[in-house]
Amino acid sequence: MTNHPRSEFPDETSAILVSVVEIHGQEDILIARQAGRDAARNIGLGTVDQTRLATVISELARNALRYAGGGQCRITTQVAVLTRTIVLEIEDRGPGIDNVTAALTPGFSTGGGLGLGMSAVLRLMDDMIVETRPGRTMIRAQMVRHT
Amino acid sequence: MRVPILKLGRVLLTSLPADLTDQQVMDLQIDALALLRDDRADGLVIDITAVDVVDSYMARVLSETAKMVGIMGGVAVLAGMRPAVALTLVEMGQNLIQMETAFDLEGGVAKVQRAMATRGGHRDEPPEV
Repeated sequence: MTNHPRSEFPDETSAILVSVVEIHGQEDILIARQAGRDAARNIGLGTVDQTRLATVISELARNALRYAGGGQCRITTQVAVLTRTIVLEIEDRGPGIDNVTAALTPGFSTGGGLGLGMSAVLRLMDDMIVETRPGRTMIRAQMVRHT
Repeated sequence: MRVPILKLGRVLLTSLPADLTDQQVMDLQIDALALLRDDRADGLVIDITAVDVVDSYMARVLSETAKMVGIMGGVAVLAGMRPAVALTLVEMGQNLIQMETAFDLEGGVAKVQRAMATRGGHRDEPPEV
C-alpha cells in the first residue's frame, strides 16, 4: 500500500508543531520571526504573508519581553485539501493584560510604546484569541489561506 | 554590533541589515544625531532594501529620528522599502512611517540634497585644517 502524504487526508493530527522559540532577549525576537517566515514559506505562502507573519511575531514577542520579561513562541502549520493554516501562539508568565479590549485599541499603551502593536496584529492576521490572567497570558493568532 | 554610518559629501548614508534588534535601531538614532550635531552632515538617508520586517517599534524609532533630524535643521529620508513591507505597514494602519521616503538610495540622496538646497540650510563646510 502506498503511503499518501498527510495533506491528502486532513484531520486533527495533520497539524504540525514546526517551531518553538524561547524569548529571553531581543535576539530571540529575530530568531522567532525568522522561524515564522520559514514556516510560512514551507507551506507555500508568499512573500507578503511571510512578512505579515514575521511582523506579527515581532510585535507579540516584544510585548512578551517587555511586559513579562520573556515567553515562548510556538508555530503550528496545517496543510489540508483546501486550506493552509499557520497558528502562532505566544505565551508568557507575566502579570496578564488588565483590559484586553483597551489593549486592542490603537493608541492604548501601558508600557510607554505607541500602543499600535496589538491592533496591528489584529489587522494582519485572520483570527486572534487572547487568554489572560495574572501569571499566564496566551495569544493565539491564525492565518488561513485557501488553495 | 552597531550599524555603520557612511558619509558622502554632506549626506550620511546607512544601510540597515536584514535583522536588526531594537537596541541597534536606537543606537543608530543616537549615532546619526551625534554626527549631525558635530557638523559632519546636513542629512541622513536610511536604506532599508535588505529589511524584511518593519514593525511598529522600528517604524516609530525611524519616524522619531527623522523628526529629530528635522528640528535640528536637517533632512532624513527612508529609502528602498520592499513592497511587502510597505503593504504590511499600510495594513497595520495609523500612518506608522512619518518621514520622507525614496525608492532607492540614489533617490534618497537626491531628496536630501534638493531639500537642503531649497531650505538654504547648508552649513558651510568646516574650514580646511
